[in-house]
Amino acid sequence: MPINPKDIEWVEEPAMNFWESTYLPAVFDGLRTTGQHVADFHPVTEFYPEQKPDLPSHYRGVHRLNRDDKGRVKCVACMMCATACPARCIDIVAQDAPKDDPHWADRDKFPKSFVIDELKCIYCGMCEEACPVDSIELTNIFDLTGMSRQEMMFDKEKLLSVFDQTKDSAHNPVRTHKGKLGHASDFTNLHTLGPATSVRADDRSAKANSAGVIE
Amino acid sequence: MLEQIINWFPEWARPFIMPMLTIAIVLQVNLGVCSYLILLERKLSAWMQDRIGPNRVGPWGLLQPVADMLKLLLKEDVIPGHVNKFLYVLAPGISVFTTMLAFAVVPFGPVPRNLSATDGQFPYIIAPGVDLGLVFIFAVTSLAVYGIILGGWASNNKYSALGAMRASAQVVSYEIPLGMSVVGLALLTGSMSIEKILLHQADAGILGWNIWFQPLACVIFFAAAMAEAQRLPFDLSECEQELVGGWHTEYSAMKWGLFFLGEYTHVITISFLTSILFFGGWHFPWIAEPDSQYLGSTLVKVLVLLTKSFAFIIVIQMLRWTIPRFRFDQLMGLAWKVLIPLATLNVVCVMIVKQFHLNEWWLLPMSAALFLGAGLIGTQSSRPFARRTSEPVAEAHGHHAHAH
Ligand code: SF4
Ligand code: SF4
Repeated sequence: MPINPKDIEWVEEPAMNFWESTYLPAVFDGLRTTGQHVADFHPVTEFYPEQKPDLPSHYRGVHRLNRDDKGRVKCVACMMCATACPARCIDIVAQDAPKDDPHWADRDKFPKSFVIDELKCIYCGMCEEACPVDSIELTNIFDLTGMSRQEMMFDKEKLLSVFDQTKDSAHNPVRTHKGKLGHASDFTNLHTLGPATSVRADDRSAKANSAGVIE
Repeated sequence: MLEQIINWFPEWARPFIMPMLTIAIVLQVNLGVCSYLILLERKLSAWMQDRIGPNRVGPWGLLQPVADMLKLLLKEDVIPGHVNKFLYVLAPGISVFTTMLAFAVVPFGPVPRNLSATDGQFPYIIAPGVDLGLVFIFAVTSLAVYGIILGGWASNNKYSALGAMRASAQVVSYEIPLGMSVVGLALLTGSMSIEKILLHQADAGILGWNIWFQPLACVIFFAAAMAEAQRLPFDLSECEQELVGGWHTEYSAMKWGLFFLGEYTHVITISFLTSILFFGGWHFPWIAEPDSQYLGSTLVKVLVLLTKSFAFIIVIQMLRWTIPRFRFDQLMGLAWKVLIPLATLNVVCVMIVKQFHLNEWWLLPMSAALFLGAGLIGTQSSRPFARRTSEPVAEAHGHHAHAH
């Protein structure tokens, strides 16, 4: 269908005034602007490798796995992050916490292996949003390099070491404020939801009162 | 002392010694200056854009040209398989050759008045006494477009070909205002020799500089010369946004470097010409007069000329980072509708002054009047052509439009 000419609005270039049509004043005006930048020189660039950029603390860079107060990995291997991850780059193998070890008394599971493919990751931060115990967090390390693809598969040890490196820096505050593990770990105060997946009968979440269970 | 050295040579060789020496000096200095001008341009653009610019090689990046040169020399010299090899290799050579050749008649210092090739005086010009110096320069610099056309054509690449076509159209158009703008100078001086035009101004003092009589010609000359050298805002032939790299898209390594060298030599020539033709060359009141004889006065004159030329080089580089590129129709419009008529009228003004033996100072208000008149015509004339009809689509789709 042809466009109704009434609907067309032609944008005309504005008429040039006398000085504009002589070109030169505009040229001198431009020269004045550029000349001022030369005369009053304040570079906005940084000497990059020597001078690191001052990134905001919500910058999303390399991941870390936080430690809890006992120095264990905080992750409870709930797979939330792996489920949320749009790039499917988190690979977790969970392991039951040893039942008779008092050291692990407050945990059901922990990750036996936890691998993030940093090359596949799109640094969207969904994993951090999803994690119920604030275990996985994105730091503002951005200059990640490696000699091989294998090197860029960050395993648990590497992710924990990133935590050790960054926890004290002003830009990467540990963002957990509640409970030993995080707000989700306050089992007594929280309404637990019914297990979304099948869990073994001795798992605490199987026994907990939850919104889906009518007593 | 130089005369004794010359006398060691056999009779037939003597006239060649001084030109050879001068050529060697000019070539070497030109190469060095060009590479540092590139650094200066990069620094200048960085400063304008609030950046720091090259600063890694040597203190303040001063060794950057050396690194660039090494890179260009050591890079693999690719000749693509689809090119016409002979012309492809020839083109950068032509480009450098013609721009260097143009410099032959440009004096770069106080040319001695009674110069003979064998008397041992340093000539400060490669080819002294060329009476048609101006014509020679314009003839040779317009040959430079052959390098561009051949390069673009031989590359067998549509971007290169388009760039080359643009370049040829542009150079042909701007040749005319360029030549016209200096006709007035030739009339005023009564000579086409660049040295004579310079001496004429130097003898007349600072109020005899041609800029006072031919300010409009100076502007036209400068703009047209920049277009001739394919410098921004007139670098339509290599504009990256449309043509990848323009006519040198297929060139790399030192062959590309030669094109670049040619362009910068051209810029240097323009700057020298502008300062010589319009700003008195090496003349400066009190410190560099034609009759100043103090020790080192020659050196001072060379320095004065170099300073003036350097100032113009800076202006050209600043303009590059200040003004956006013209559209091609604007470019052609500027040449044919503005510069050529203005340059012609300017020549007419000079003729009137000469014919009726008026005071030369009449040329200043005349130039101003021409300039203002052009602006006035510009405000009036450009509008109606730009307006569109109210029913543009109805024209395009005849029967559809009538159906509504
Ligand atoms: S940042 Fe996004 S893509 Fe990367 S691991 Fe986390 S959820 Fe996956
Ligand atoms: S969401 Fe948090 S706790 Fe759950 S597996 Fe991922 S890192 Fe571990």
